[in-house]
Amino acid sequence: MQSIELAPPSVWQHARHVLGDNPVTLLAALLFVVFVLTAILGPNLVPFDPLRSDAGAALQPPSSAHWFGTDALGRDIFSRTIVATRLDLGIAIAAVALSFLIGLPLGLAAGFFGGWWDTLVTRLSDTIMAFPLFVLAMGIVAAMGNTVTNIVLATAIINLPFYIRVARAEANVRRAAGFVEAARLSGNTEARILRVHILPNILPPAMVQVSLNMGWAILNAAGLSFIGLGVRPPTPEWGILVAEGAQFIVSGEWWVSFFPGAVLMLAVFSFNLLGDALRDLLDPRRRT
Amino acid sequence: MVGRMVLRRLVAALPNLVGVVAISFVLTRALPGDPAAYFAGAAATREAVEQVRQQLGLDRSLPEQFLIYLQGLMRADLGLSLTTGQPVAQELLTRLPASLELVLIALVLACGVAIPLGVLAATRPGSWIDHLCRIVTTMGVSLPAFFTGLLLAYVFYFLLGWAPPPLGRLDPVYSPPSAVTGLFLVDAALAREPAVWWASFRQLILPTLTMAIFVLAPIARMTRASMLQVLSSDFIRTARASGLSEATVLVRYGLRNALLPVITTLGMVFGFMLGSSVVVEKVFGWPGVGSYAIDALTASDYAPVQGFVLLMGLLFVGLNLCIDLLYTVIDPRVSLEH
Repeated sequence: MQSIELAPPSVWQHARHVLGDNPVTLLAALLFVVFVLTAILGPNLVPFDPLRSDAGAALQPPSSAHWFGTDALGRDIFSRTIVATRLDLGIAIAAVALSFLIGLPLGLAAGFFGGWWDTLVTRLSDTIMAFPLFVLAMGIVAAMGNTVTNIVLATAIINLPFYIRVARAEANVRRAAGFVEAARLSGNTEARILRVHILPNILPPAMVQVSLNMGWAILNAAGLSFIGLGVRPPTPEWGILVAEGAQFIVSGEWWVSFFPGAVLMLAVFSFNLLGDALRDLLDPRRRT
Repeated sequence: MVGRMVLRRLVAALPNLVGVVAISFVLTRALPGDPAAYFAGAAATREAVEQVRQQLGLDRSLPEQFLIYLQGLMRADLGLSLTTGQPVAQELLTRLPASLELVLIALVLACGVAIPLGVLAATRPGSWIDHLCRIVTTMGVSLPAFFTGLLLAYVFYFLLGWAPPPLGRLDPVYSPPSAVTGLFLVDAALAREPAVWWASFRQLILPTLTMAIFVLAPIARMTRASMLQVLSSDFIRTARASGLSEATVLVRYGLRNALLPVITTLGMVFGFMLGSSVVVEKVFGWPGVGSYAIDALTASDYAPVQGFVLLMGLLFVGLNLCIDLLYTVIDPRVSLEH
């Protein structure tokens, strides 16, 4: 048909345009796939048991046997770094999923119904935001107990306000929109309007928030482990791995901290770049 | 007019203040197990535990407990540290200047780099410098502060030997300048001790650099976005058409108008910095409030941690209030709205 030329570009065309504009995004997408595969397959791939120590091979620099070298107990840093991927990504995904699942309905209801509920939810999210978030996470973990579950909970709590704000703003704009009025007049219940007409409109910006949040959630969890909260040694986790090498930096054994830290950075970097790309794709107005 | 606005801002900050205090209270009561037994210490008898319970008011209802907590706060009483036996409030206050010195210098450093970078990117959108700015800042925000710190220490202390060892605020061969503000740079300058000033300046370089790298991204991006918007407005076109130099157009007409949203972002950035200062202090052995809290955490000594969380919350609320006030004073449009 002739009118095909006038049709708006498909999502794929748009995606290709965005990718072409930022070649770095492609790299980030590849990295992302590598990280997900590593998280799934990690323990099956590694050459050494990540927990087995070998006093004879302590603090060896990177070699063909130990690609990332060995730590003070002679454990293979490559194996430990690879195995840690699952735990680090797991914590971040669980935390972001929690704040998404709790924050979205809260913000949705606040923006849609308004009134005292809106005041309450907004006040809650403002109060969380009144703290430096990493410090609040520290306080929560210290108060609730030093476990991985609490790291997830604390990270979820400090991310809540972002989801509440996104959902609230979008619901607020749409609650009086023409299509909502029409749905109401044709006899839909408020709950159905929220579910069928408002929620789908909120998902794209909320998804952008998810991808922007992931990198930050990983950083946060690793930071907490670095200062000794949450994951306990000898469990391999990126933050702990870096912390274990910290004392060797001044004596020149750089590899103990460097490789886990570099992998952690790469993971966060690819999530951040992907988040930017997804935002450009779904919500071009917010591009900065 | 401005006075009324200032008052309005002060009142608007009150709920946040109440929220911070309320959450801090909840955190002190959420300790696992029996807080009274905990605060009485491991060797305490049952009577001693009961005494502590009464002292802390743990046998009363929650609202009463909150009132007692508030009364304690009014007297700046944050409890005692179990490990040192000292009042937490006093220990926090003696260590606060070290942290503030770090955060403030890092903030200035970050602005000094990120704002020109953002302006440069905004004047050439889509160019290689724009892409470079995006990649560099995204890398900065992806670098965990503890990792950057270790990396910088390795390169500049171990390999090159340019930086002093990453152990604290001052080389032990110098004695700290007599405390006036607690900020070593200011105190050393006041005491006219250039050697001490230089030594503490050298200690500051790596930790502040570490913190600045992490917050380049938000500042540079906001500057870029805000500059792009301002540069496309009519008065910039007019200024250009009137034959003003490019520098005048960019700085006097562009940047001055573009800075307002950047100042708002600085509030958020300050929050990031207070958070990352904790890990940076640990990496560089910096005797600030963050490392104090970490040491207490490691020893399961909770009163200092709670005091630290509250102090950081209060600082952050206070700073955001200052930014709001600054905004009101420098942007006439804000006060005209009402």
